[in-house]
Amino acid sequence: MKKAIVFKNVRKNYKQLKAVDGISLSIEQGEFFGLLGPNGAGKSTLINMMAGLVKPSDGSISVMGFDVNKEYQKARHSVGIVPQELVFDPFFNVREMLRFQAGYFGKDKSNDKWVDEVIERLDLTEKSSTNMRKLSGGMKRRALIAQALVHRPPVIVLDEPTAGVDVELRQKLWSFIKELNNEGHTIVLTTHYLEEAEALCNRVAMMKSGKIVALDSTKNLLKEFSLKNLKVRLQKNNIKKIATLLKDTPFEEEDGWCTFKLQKVSDASNIIEKLNSLKIQILDLKVIESDLENIFLKLTSKN
Amino acid sequence: MNTLRDQLIGTWTLLKKELLRFWRVAFQTVAAPVITGILYLLIFSQVLGDRLEVYEGVNYLVFLIPGLIMMSLLQNSFSNSSSSLIQAKIMGNIVFLLLTPLSYLQLFFAFLIAAIVRGMFVGICIYLIAMFYVDLPIQHPWFVFIFAFCGGGLMGAFGMIAGIWSTRFDQMAAFGNFVIMPLSMLSGVFYSIHSLPPIWQNISHFNPFFYMIDGFRYGFFGQSDTSPYLSLLIVVSFFIILSFITIRMLKSGYKLRN
Repeated sequence: MKKAIVFKNVRKNYKQLKAVDGISLSIEQGEFFGLLGPNGAGKSTLINMMAGLVKPSDGSISVMGFDVNKEYQKARHSVGIVPQELVFDPFFNVREMLRFQAGYFGKDKSNDKWVDEVIERLDLTEKSSTNMRKLSGGMKRRALIAQALVHRPPVIVLDEPTAGVDVELRQKLWSFIKELNNEGHTIVLTTHYLEEAEALCNRVAMMKSGKIVALDSTKNLLKEFSLKNLKVRLQKNNIKKIATLLKDTPFEEEDGWCTFKLQKVSDASNIIEKLNSLKIQILDLKVIESDLENIFLKLTSKN
Repeated sequence: MNTLRDQLIGTWTLLKKELLRFWRVAFQTVAAPVITGILYLLIFSQVLGDRLEVYEGVNYLVFLIPGLIMMSLLQNSFSNSSSSLIQAKIMGNIVFLLLTPLSYLQLFFAFLIAAIVRGMFVGICIYLIAMFYVDLPIQHPWFVFIFAFCGGGLMGAFGMIAGIWSTRFDQMAAFGNFVIMPLSMLSGVFYSIHSLPPIWQNISHFNPFFYMIDGFRYGFFGQSDTSPYLSLLIVVSFFIILSFITIRMLKSGYKLRN
């Protein structure tokens, strides 16, 4: 089966700045792939090169087996891109804009039914005759997503789709994007929200300074970089006591809470037994699991 | 995927959108230039009226009308493609075109035809209103059409170049104020260049607008300041050169895909 997207040693230089620095990456069909990274990491440049909005300095990119430069028309038929900025054409209403967008891809009136379905699924029916200028930010975001879907592309790229979107709409968009993925669409999501990537993506790449610093399934990343911490709340005098008595078990103290880093789960019971044997009363305790955010911070600071 | 049919639908869709875009604001894009043209007509007809005869049997008012029609046609063809591109670039919605499989030739032809249509529409409106004032028969309709088409196309292509090159509205305004306006005003719209001193007559021959207006006027009167065939050759040559530059810019993605 053809790969949905392949980046081969892709570079983009802006004078001295290496915005994308030799990225090679394959995304399978049907994947829900997350591209994470701080501002300026090179995520949008990578997406824009795939979309044909920016020309790579070196390397090649293909979408559904079509080179984005040599076979750009076929490649662009295969991908729908939701841009990061809330851009719109102020002369037209939602339905007109979507029909025009479908027409650019060679879709005639027979596609109007699908356009109406997209409008309905994105809860835009009531606003379909409203001029784009008069839509709220959230509605504009939905219209942008609809625009990327009107030509039924197998690959959908969402560049920060939930930036500046309220919690309710974010949840709605998440479930809609999940639905698209379940229907067989390959989804590529760039996001700042690690919680979003953790909830949605099967696989993630973390970028920093134009390079990929981690690439694995979300599950593996969480497992590999898992950091379980045991937090116990003690009386102040006991904290001083254990600092001298438990020299072989390092911990960090903050606001009465002592945090012990666990290498394995059994370490937690050992620490609790030690505290019991020293007759130190535990006021409260909890086990904290690392999330993608911790891993991301760890990886980006390491690199 | 992306068959000839797809490409035709794509080009037609963009053309339709461009036509609708100016029609939605017809008060600004059609009514305003028509009123400006009619005001020129009213003022000059009151001031000079039938006191001057420019060509044999052609009084000043009749002489003025084809020039005014062509000047409005050229300015509006330029405005259509240039304003569409600069607005799309500044508002960011140019990405909706750049993300599609539309080729550089599809983009070129859709913008070009839309520019010609708007220019011709404004020109026809002025012509129809002018017919209330004077009898203005057309002696060579094909000359009128070919100069209107090539002139509108030339200015549509020039508008695309300006729209692609400009990154700010003031840069775009500079094209209008410092290139289009002086060249069209000094092209013989309001006078025959034979009424100018020899040096200015010679300088006028370096102005491409002069040939567009003079050739167009020939279509009405069968008389002109210079050979209509020379005018046609120059206008078609400029049209081809500017089209070639525009296509090169669109193909390379100059100031669009970066």
